[in-house]
Amino acid sequence: MSDFVAEVQRLRERYPQGRSAIMGALRMAQERHGGWLPPEALREVADAMDLAPAQIQAVATFYDMYNLEPIGRHIVEVCTNLSCALVGAKQVVEAFEEQLGISPGETSDDGEVTLRLIECAGGCGYAPVVVVDNRYREPVKPEDVPAIVEELRG
Amino acid sequence: MAELTVLTGADERDLTRLDEYQAVGGYGALEKARAMPPEAVIEQINEAALRGRGGAGFPMGRKLSLVPPPDKRPGPAYVVANADESEPGAFKDREIMRRVPHRFVEGCLIAAHAIQAVEVFIYIRGEYLAEFLVLQAAIEEARLAGLLGDVEVLVHRGAGAYICGEESALLESLEGYRGQPRPRPPFPPVAGLYMQPTLINNVQTLASVPAIIELGVERYKELGVESAPGTVVYSLSGNVNRPGNYELPLGATLRELIFGCGHGVADGRGLKAIIPGGSSVPVFTPDQLDVALDFDAVQAAGSYLGSAAVIVVDDRACMVQLALRAEKFYMHESCGKCTPCREGTRWLVQLLEKIEAGEGTQADLDLVVGVCDRIEGKSLCALGDFAVWCVGSYVEKFRDEFQAHIDLGRCPYGGESSIEGVSAPSDQHTHTAMAEVPA
Ligand SMILES: Cc1cc2nc3c(=O)[nH]c(=O)nc-3n(C[C@H](O)[C@H](O)[C@H](O)COP(=O)(O)O)c2cc1C
Ligand code: SF4
Ligand code: FES
Repeated sequence: MSDFVAEVQRLRERYPQGRSAIMGALRMAQERHGGWLPPEALREVADAMDLAPAQIQAVATFYDMYNLEPIGRHIVEVCTNLSCALVGAKQVVEAFEEQLGISPGETSDDGEVTLRLIECAGGCGYAPVVVVDNRYREPVKPEDVPAIVEELRG
Repeated sequence: MAELTVLTGADERDLTRLDEYQAVGGYGALEKARAMPPEAVIEQINEAALRGRGGAGFPMGRKLSLVPPPDKRPGPAYVVANADESEPGAFKDREIMRRVPHRFVEGCLIAAHAIQAVEVFIYIRGEYLAEFLVLQAAIEEARLAGLLGDVEVLVHRGAGAYICGEESALLESLEGYRGQPRPRPPFPPVAGLYMQPTLINNVQTLASVPAIIELGVERYKELGVESAPGTVVYSLSGNVNRPGNYELPLGATLRELIFGCGHGVADGRGLKAIIPGGSSVPVFTPDQLDVALDFDAVQAAGSYLGSAAVIVVDDRACMVQLALRAEKFYMHESCGKCTPCREGTRWLVQLLEKIEAGEGTQADLDLVVGVCDRIEGKSLCALGDFAVWCVGSYVEKFRDEFQAHIDLGRCPYGGESSIEGVSAPSDQHTHTAMAEVPA
């Protein structure tokens, strides 16, 4: 049994019904595949879960945090929902666009950084909120952006 | 300073640590509750009239009483904590989990005792990684100290979907399916997780339970208002000088929160609108500053307390743009299960885009209202209602501004609105494939 299958197996045993482990299995598979879920990752999850690939795909396509396309080594996510929008999220997005030379949804040519817009991240009181590689930076002003990009590229 | 019941002690001590939490009496309520028969615990929560903090304000005691006792149920019962917090404007559960994780865990354990469950699932939104780690550490500490007893507490991470905050969608997601709401009845206390009796409550609701047991019903009821005792952590954000979470007794007014705690509107601007309960609820105007922030008072004034997330909007924001940004969120988050919400949100976005661009006609504005009517109350879950309460109320309260876009053939802010051109992540993943509405 591969490490991955064993790990998924352990997770399945923690739930009254093993199917509940599907989200955790997808997350683990994504981590093993460089931050996204190529078709073979979905097959691996299907095998480890004893489910059909279509059942895995149905779940993987539903949730925003499963990446079904390759992403950069780093990911910068900017919240543009109401509270962040009201205090200048757009200017923060623009600063990242300028520093990275890409638009939201794109990855820099060197494959280093993906820029993305997100819905409310639950940091509205510390807006504008930027999430870099799952870590919250709050608040971020446009003038903070060059240093963040430098750090990622450094 | 009024007495707190949720974040109590967190300013003075590092309550993420078990020893510190126990030093202020932590887990004392659990001990007390476990010495009581389960029905007596339910009775206390009932008498304290604790209302759910997740949005609907449903009495927790009623939910507890609806869970059949062990001899009347076919299998196990479960406690599920809703830590999916994704309502735009809300960030209170995050603070509770970060700062008083043990109080939340203690509340879960008391609830488990009350319904005689031995399994607790905490569904936390996937983005809350730091909070997940704090919570895991707290649970581990409690386990090592023998506080969990025979109860298993499992933290389940979500993966990015607002709809999974809706309780039946959350249960679907937790079972390993797409997070789409279930038709009800049956309600979760009867048939919830794995179709077993399930108590599902918000993080803050559960974190409020220890204070009830600790202080006793009478003292607890001295806080807040008759119809909603206790305190609430209000999330204050938007154009305000001091945004943040503020725990106050229920019934504090918007004025106290925004001007007292929040030090008023930022940059010396004028107040234009207030969203009292997260982006989903109908908007208030400045003449409603004296509305008390409790469930019934806010409802009597035409909105909902929701998740007690107050968003302050100053006079620089164009309301059509705000409506458009809000609606894009609901379009993005619609799970696609039912037609009015799936197609209607898309339709509203297209109409609002047209109006904002100055290309809207009178008929388009009427159609916005018409589409709202055709979604509200006709969708499977409340997300459909949320998607129209915001837009519908903006049109109702700020009709002049919508009208001006049509009369002038452009946005009256002429590019100077504070939220001009803000984009939404709608170009990425949506939960469902949607057809273009013909122009
Ligand atoms: C679209 C939608 C999103 C919701 N999001 C949340 C949420 O993030 N957190 C939450 O506690 N309740 C949320 N709710 C409310 C839950 O369905 C449910 O009422 C709540 O978890 C019950 O807990 P309570 O009684 O303790 O408030 C949401 C409801 C809807 C319709
Ligand atoms: S109202 Fe919207 S979110 Fe709710 S079930 Fe229907 S499509 Fe899904
Ligand atoms: S609106 Fe940006 S974090 Fe909530």
